Amino acid sequence: MVSEEEVQHIAELADIGIGRDELPPFTRDFNAILEYFAVLDRVPGGEAGTAEIVNVLREDMVTPSLPQEEVLALAKAAEDGFIRAPRVM
Amino acid sequence: MTAISGPKADGNSLKAANVGRETVIIGLEVHCQLNTASKLFCGCSTGYRDDPPNTHVCPTCLGLPGSLPAMNRRAVEYALRVAKALNCQVAEEAEFARKNYFYPDLPKGFQITMYNRPLAERGYLDIEGDEGEKRVRITRVHLEEDPGRLVHMGTPDRPRYTLVDYNRSGIPLIEIVTEPDLRSPKEARRLLNGLRTTLEYLGVFDGDQEGALRVDANISIPGSERVEVKNISSYRGVEKALTFEITRQKGVIRRGLKVKRETRHFVEARGVTTSARSKEQEHDYRYFTEPDLRPLQVRDWVEEIALPELPAARRERFMDQYGISPEHARTLCGELRLADFFEQMAECGAPLLAATWVADTLQGELNYREMEIRKVPPAHFRELLGLVDRKELTDKAAVEVLRLMLDQCVAGEDVQTPARIMEINALGKTTGDAFTGVVREVIAECADAVRDYRAGRGEALNFLVGQVMKRTRGCADPKELTRILREELAQQGS
Amino acid sequence: MVRGATGRDPLNAFITLSEIPPRGPGRLSGITVAVKDNISTQGVETTCGSRILEGYVPPYDAYVVDLIRNEGALIPGKTNMDEFGMGSSTENSAFGPARNPRDPARVTGGSSGGSAAAVASGMARMALGTDTGGSIRCPAAFCGIVGLKPTYGRVSRYGLVAYANSLEQIGPMAGTVADTSLLMEVISRHDARDATMQDRPYFPKLDGDIKGIRIGIPAEFFGKGVDHAVAGQVRKAIGVLEGLGAMTVECAMPSMEYALAAYYVTCTSEASSNLARFDGVRYGPASDYKKPWHEAFQECRMQHFGPEVRRRILIGTFALSAGYYGKYYGKAQVAREHVREDYARLFRDVDLLAGPTMPTVAWKIGEKSDPLAMYLSDILTVPANLAGVPAVSVPCGTVQGLPVGLQLTGRAYEDEQVMNVAYAYEQGVEA
Repeated sequence: MVSEEEVQHIAELADIGIGRDELPPFTRDFNAILEYFAVLDRVPGGEAGTAEIVNVLREDMVTPSLPQEEVLALAKAAEDGFIRAPRVM
Repeated sequence: MTAISGPKADGNSLKAANVGRETVIIGLEVHCQLNTASKLFCGCSTGYRDDPPNTHVCPTCLGLPGSLPAMNRRAVEYALRVAKALNCQVAEEAEFARKNYFYPDLPKGFQITMYNRPLAERGYLDIEGDEGEKRVRITRVHLEEDPGRLVHMGTPDRPRYTLVDYNRSGIPLIEIVTEPDLRSPKEARRLLNGLRTTLEYLGVFDGDQEGALRVDANISIPGSERVEVKNISSYRGVEKALTFEITRQKGVIRRGLKVKRETRHFVEARGVTTSARSKEQEHDYRYFTEPDLRPLQVRDWVEEIALPELPAARRERFMDQYGISPEHARTLCGELRLADFFEQMAECGAPLLAATWVADTLQGELNYREMEIRKVPPAHFRELLGLVDRKELTDKAAVEVLRLMLDQCVAGEDVQTPARIMEINALGKTTGDAFTGVVREVIAECADAVRDYRAGRGEALNFLVGQVMKRTRGCADPKELTRILREELAQQGS
Repeated sequence: MVRGATGRDPLNAFITLSEIPPRGPGRLSGITVAVKDNISTQGVETTCGSRILEGYVPPYDAYVVDLIRNEGALIPGKTNMDEFGMGSSTENSAFGPARNPRDPARVTGGSSGGSAAAVASGMARMALGTDTGGSIRCPAAFCGIVGLKPTYGRVSRYGLVAYANSLEQIGPMAGTVADTSLLMEVISRHDARDATMQDRPYFPKLDGDIKGIRIGIPAEFFGKGVDHAVAGQVRKAIGVLEGLGAMTVECAMPSMEYALAAYYVTCTSEASSNLARFDGVRYGPASDYKKPWHEAFQECRMQHFGPEVRRRILIGTFALSAGYYGKYYGKAQVAREHVREDYARLFRDVDLLAGPTMPTVAWKIGEKSDPLAMYLSDILTVPANLAGVPAVSVPCGTVQGLPVGLQLTGRAYEDEQVMNVAYAYEQGVEA
């Protein structure tokens, strides 16, 4: 069983907001789903599979980049060629 | 990732604890940009430094929805070269993983790196330790992508917003992690120099590029918690940051407090470390295998890699082949370009002279001017060495010529040949007769010194020699001058 | 740009009606191919059914878009879908549900519901959908058309907005097996930009000859969650295949017990990582620059991600988090390996597996509100995604007027044979 506080904590870890009135139904659904996942505990031990395909590599060749205007056009805020983001400390 | 928490009960640490209270335990995580032509997972060019922001990006390194990574073969080869040079064991199968966290410089909201199954592990690098040669163990070597670059707008106390340049996003990084085998800031610096030199010799790294090397250091004083210091980006910075940390931690202990286990940032401009804000501390990165990339099985590639001559081997060869001293060999081989330059000069036939001039004289002048050796015109320098070797220039005059040459380099002017500089500035070694006049002048003017000399005081002769040299701007060979003066004084004395 | 159910599009099959012309003549000349809105189209808005990409115009085309345009296809627009592919009914679209052409009060199935509705209603002859846990086959079954989930690694994912990278494939949808097969041929070309692909293009082999083909019928495909009438229709369809010379074998697939759990742990985990990039900085709705980074980021995601997307991100974050990774994500990968082994074992004895695509027919819009109940409807489709094997849904009659789908699953890289059996059924039924 996961508590509402724990769901809130996971939301913080995922940087996703949950509204206060959303928290109880979210927590309920969360627990129902986790309960369903409990069937995995019964999966017989063993390993995940080994890779069949390996070493998929590309030659070190330069290909054209996007023009700066196109890049900046995608962003909502640009300044002197930079893309603007909320402040980090 | 190294996971050390204070001193471990292993051989190195126990020995450290026994050696004395002055000991510290240091491990480094070094990130170097590999000089491939294109980025790690896309074809954008890596030559972004002089270009405007966001001009070296594509859907992949910008993290646009629907983009996919495609791994650069050369980056893998370069990483294997490093692994081999550091005597590591290459994994049978290595895989990429996602390190999930949110930051504006991380376009996908995760960094593609390697976690549980890195490329190579358990190697070593030998360095000059504080107490003789020392083997520093390398925990692991792996590949990962660089994030973008942030510019903070506002002031440190009142940040307003952030500007992001994604040109650097996706640049290939090699991460080299050491065991906590280092015992002083100086050893850390030497390890770093050793790594840098090795990577340059391998041709995978250009240490002159700004920001091409970044270091995180883990440091603890035996008995105390470990502190991580991030954001170190220069060799000097490593020594400064660690020295500061040792002082800080000892101060904490002396005040009867406990050293807090934390992550700190190095502020190069002020030479201090500051506590990082809490959000960065206990991160759950939720690592899992990168589903868009295939694993690497590259152990057999390593066999085929022919390593170039590495610094240690080159040192030996320099001493054998050219007969130069171990100190000169160490200095010259400490930087790839310096070693190459020296060998070019040694071809002129006077390797011992070349060694002194390159390792001591030239290096000194370059450091003073904060100039790079690649700016020095080799043909000109070789000509200069020739002049010195044939004694057509005195040592002192040659230094003058070199300085004038380097000044021209720095000023961006056409660099004149030593012969021309010699001529223009009348620095050529003149023969004895030209000096006779000056010699007689000096004898006439420095009666006291002459008297002292005749009284048997040998050093008075040196004074007279110095006077002549002053008046002839060092163009005269001191030995010859001494002879001339003696003769002149003998003649006059009679 | 037209948005929302309108006179032109009463079924709300499209999010954007904006014609994208062909680039030259080819095998798709004169053919309209609708494209699901999680596939990037240069110059045309690509929303993935979400507000967080409203206004996002990709500066590049997905490889499959290149391929179909080069072969002469005309793209009428971008089709409606569950937000980021998360859903089985297209009710999770931020732009309103798509409606089933057979009964507009009912769901189309999802997440490629808009593509299915477009084809079933004649607005397009073919469509591209994507299938992560059944998202092509489910709407194909509910709307009565053909939909193929190709072998994993057979169609380039370059340009497909990722939901669950190790599970999803772009695939063809159309009214007939032949059309579906043609579209598959066009899109299954190797792309060096997708490292998970193999270079094994699809070449149609539709001759309808299935004599001697062995078809396995796992008991679990007809388990207790499956509606009786639906099961009846599907058994009749299998009877048709027997009449055409196929041999059927009853068998068991015990890994079905935990396949759905393994699927949902895996897809939510991958999604939680794939959707981390939506922060409004480089594209999408603007962040609030007056706020500090984490606050602005959280707010942007709360406002613009629907509840199902946020729910799955939370589950996935949890399943990967320290202390829970082994119990959930780690275990899910082991379970997945068992599913692969089960298929491998079965395919040593039989060539294909047959069963219903969905346990029921299409439900009424708004009828299923419980997330877990919705997840359970994927029980028959997710195993093929876990193992990466090809699976097609072909219409096999109706129950109370609503379409039922017959699902055929084959060995990896034997999409041709899977399609041929579907073709044989389609032709056999009409005969």
